[in-house]
Amino acid sequence: MTLPVAKKPTLRRFQQAKWDEPIIFELSKKGERGVLVSEIEPNILNSVSKELPAEVRREVPPALPELGQMRVLKHFLRLSQENLGADLNVDIGQGTCTMKYSPKINDQIIRREELYDLHPLQDPETAQGALQIIWEMQELLKEISGLDAVSLQTSSGSSAIWSNIATIRAYFADIGEGETRDEVITTIFSHPSNAAAAKTAGYKVITLHPGEKGYPTLEQYKSVISNRTAALLITNPEDTGIFNPEIKEIVDLFHSYGALASYDQANANGILGITRAKEAGFDLCHFNLHKTFSTPHACGGPGGGASCVTKKLEKYLPKPHVIKNQNKFLIEEDLPLSIGKVSPFYGVLPNIVRAYAWIMSLGGEGLREVAEGAVLNNNYLLKNILEIPGASAPYTNQHPRIEQVRYSWNELYEKTGITSEEIGLRVLDYGMHYWTSHHPFIVPQPFTLEPTESYSREELDEYINVLRSVATEARENPTMVKTAPHNQVVHQTEHADLDDPARWAITWRAYLRKYPEVKERMRNVK
Amino acid sequence: MSFPNSTHPYIPNSDPETKKSMLDFLGVKTVDDLYSAIPSALRVEGTLQLPSAFKDEQSLAKHVISILKKNTPQSSRVSFLGAGTYNHYVPAVVDEVINRSEFLTAYAGDPYEDHGRFQALFEYESLMAELVNMDVVNVPTYDGMQAAATSLAMAQRITRRKKILVVTEINPDKFSKVSNYNQTRLEFVNIPTKDMQPDTNAIKNELNSEVAAIWLDTPNYFGTLCANIEQLAKMAHQNGSLLVVGVDPISLGVLQSPAECGADIINGDIQSLGIHSWFGGGHGGFIAVNDDPKFVMELPSRLFGLESTAVPGEYGFGDVAYERTSFALREEGKEWVGTAAALWGIAAAVFLSLMGPRGMVDIGETIIARTRYAMQKLGEISGLNVLNSPLQFREFVIDLTLSGKSALDVINQCRSRNIEPGVRISDSKILVCVTEMNSETDINNLHDALIEIIGGRK
Repeated sequence: MTLPVAKKPTLRRFQQAKWDEPIIFELSKKGERGVLVSEIEPNILNSVSKELPAEVRREVPPALPELGQMRVLKHFLRLSQENLGADLNVDIGQGTCTMKYSPKINDQIIRREELYDLHPLQDPETAQGALQIIWEMQELLKEISGLDAVSLQTSSGSSAIWSNIATIRAYFADIGEGETRDEVITTIFSHPSNAAAAKTAGYKVITLHPGEKGYPTLEQYKSVISNRTAALLITNPEDTGIFNPEIKEIVDLFHSYGALASYDQANANGILGITRAKEAGFDLCHFNLHKTFSTPHACGGPGGGASCVTKKLEKYLPKPHVIKNQNKFLIEEDLPLSIGKVSPFYGVLPNIVRAYAWIMSLGGEGLREVAEGAVLNNNYLLKNILEIPGASAPYTNQHPRIEQVRYSWNELYEKTGITSEEIGLRVLDYGMHYWTSHHPFIVPQPFTLEPTESYSREELDEYINVLRSVATEARENPTMVKTAPHNQVVHQTEHADLDDPARWAITWRAYLRKYPEVKERMRNVK
Repeated sequence: MSFPNSTHPYIPNSDPETKKSMLDFLGVKTVDDLYSAIPSALRVEGTLQLPSAFKDEQSLAKHVISILKKNTPQSSRVSFLGAGTYNHYVPAVVDEVINRSEFLTAYAGDPYEDHGRFQALFEYESLMAELVNMDVVNVPTYDGMQAAATSLAMAQRITRRKKILVVTEINPDKFSKVSNYNQTRLEFVNIPTKDMQPDTNAIKNELNSEVAAIWLDTPNYFGTLCANIEQLAKMAHQNGSLLVVGVDPISLGVLQSPAECGADIINGDIQSLGIHSWFGGGHGGFIAVNDDPKFVMELPSRLFGLESTAVPGEYGFGDVAYERTSFALREEGKEWVGTAAALWGIAAAVFLSLMGPRGMVDIGETIIARTRYAMQKLGEISGLNVLNSPLQFREFVIDLTLSGKSALDVINQCRSRNIEPGVRISDSKILVCVTEMNSETDINNLHDALIEIIGGRK
């Protein structure tokens, strides 16, 4: 073949890295060292013993693998390549997760000794920069939420939901209604952590299901609310991308019963600067720094949570609070009504700084541009997806959706027997994610796409083309779909061993214990 | 040719021409038309009142770094601060791995295209399991405080009892979290230590059919290791209760795992294992149990397990017993699960792989020797009393009562000498932390400073 190179096909010929890397214990070679430890000075060794008393001493060192440094590095770098980070794919298939761009400059900024080498209990005079960014970030989120006080202590969205529920519980205990208010009301399309954290806090959970518009009606709320209701826990727009326009009336209803309203703003990306917790009258809300505010998702954390509340709830927020007094940033610990510590110290500082830098790179107009970009991309995607035979977007389409859509392949499934999960495994062959965890499964054969503002029209087209192609394949060559993935790190896995206590293997040592033939094999190799 | 300056580098479709073509495709005039679901009464008027943006990367970096430069890192002082966040060495390979885009920006993909993340976290579970000598370790939860809170909630669910006997000193921040978290399901009975160890006689008196668990930390808040875990395990088990033990995994190269003494649930924080201090923002929590469904099914966290695939010799991974979780069952699941601290778990996996068995023994011995040397040196100072025991690991308490000086005063005077002597835990007591980062010279400097500040040698 001579130049020129032929035109590329429409669909990317992707092959995921496949290193076939053993489990690290299998790489162990007795005597190798990965890193050495600072040696004890001779004078110290002459003065004191380095051994623990016999009653607590470990006699046999832990059976960790022994590897040289480069082999450890290589092992984990190979594993790193066997992931599709947001930096590598058109990451719109993990709907609800807001897989936007995490700017590299923010990663670079945080990798400084002046941040990673700070101790939380060092002299606050020597940590004014850290305290300043925490305080500034609180101020930014006050304006973004419209509420009066912010805590950045929690390390994830669910943890912030917990913090808000604990705040609600503390408020009612303080006003003497802690015993009588024992119920919360949420919706089935609000994140399951709302229901689960409320239950953990001791509340009975009432869950409303959507009507034909995709959300529960005001009447449904009226039918379950009472003087036992402590709070509303709701996402809006929910994971369907449908905004509930009656939200203010719902919040007012809760207030008329003396209950509080808490807004899960994990889905805030499409409404930044458009509408806020304040406008709908919410008492509390939370944001995820790792979704809306761009901090990297880090394989599942650390993220960052921001709990925002009105003035009357400020005193219950986790402590300490970071305050400003005459250009000094101070730590306020004397807060007797606070729910105390929800997480260590001040929260996930690297992510607070990243999120601060992200907001400061955009400003008020920029945040609105983010929201508008996310909504534009989403509706562009929606119109294109609905043109794919077999795909639909359940619930009313009287208004455009906000930042994401929960779609359905039910029509395709009924014609071909191919499930959404099977389609997902085939999509992986093109180097794209397709999330299969759509709790709750009330939309049949669901898939959820959230394009955020980060992807260009061309990249959205690439994803659409992949879905269209796989849907066609489902009709014309279903075996190809059913046996996918073909170009991935590994092939279809056998799930049966994951739910049987006698067979599951959560650690290497449990695997060796349960499957002696493997242990025998390892012994023979050595 | 014109280049619009309104296009933000993070928002490709903010280019006016692209935007217009997409709006045309949708058949609407402005983006505002896409917000028709949001009633006008709920709309923000005007633009959010935020500081003006640093749109170019250069100005942004300059601004943020100028703020960060107001901080003084531990490396430019002599620091003996601990009490929850610890100053340990982080090998370069750890940061190299966790800063990779592929790990840093991955999230919730399936075990096919995110195979590497599943394997790395399975290896994390497995490496931790060797340290604690138990067969089950969770994918990290938020932090050690959460791990303790959940361990005790598990004890309540397993025993259907509600009392927790707290038999060692617990870090007050951790206790705040644990008690608030469990306030509707648990009661805590504090049993003060006797001669720095759990008071078995007092514990015996409190053990009854309401006790879900005996709870201790080793090392405890004051850095003291517990010497009679086996006895406490027996007492708990004879009473139908559990023994829940908090540890710092950095100690487990030299410290016998509480599992060998009969502990039922072991928990702790992994920050010591290759995660920087981050102003207290670098924490992850682990919970370890035996491979018994009665315990495993009560864990809220994800558990990544091995699977076979269609190809011989290929490892697959998946979620073990997913139906326990709040993802599957909402409020009927065990507490909840979500984004937590996975990347820190990978950091800990890299750290433990680098250290190996010999490295974990070495670091334990270095910490013990330097801690003892510091206790010995500070013990020479008149007016200063070291609460000394052969069972101190990394931390110990100094009492300044006899010096007539307050802890605050001594700390301030040390700070003016560029030393952080430790954490004030009462008006007269300071908790001193010594890690492998504190050299003999650092310890001698602290000793010399304290002699100057509070008096001469004994």
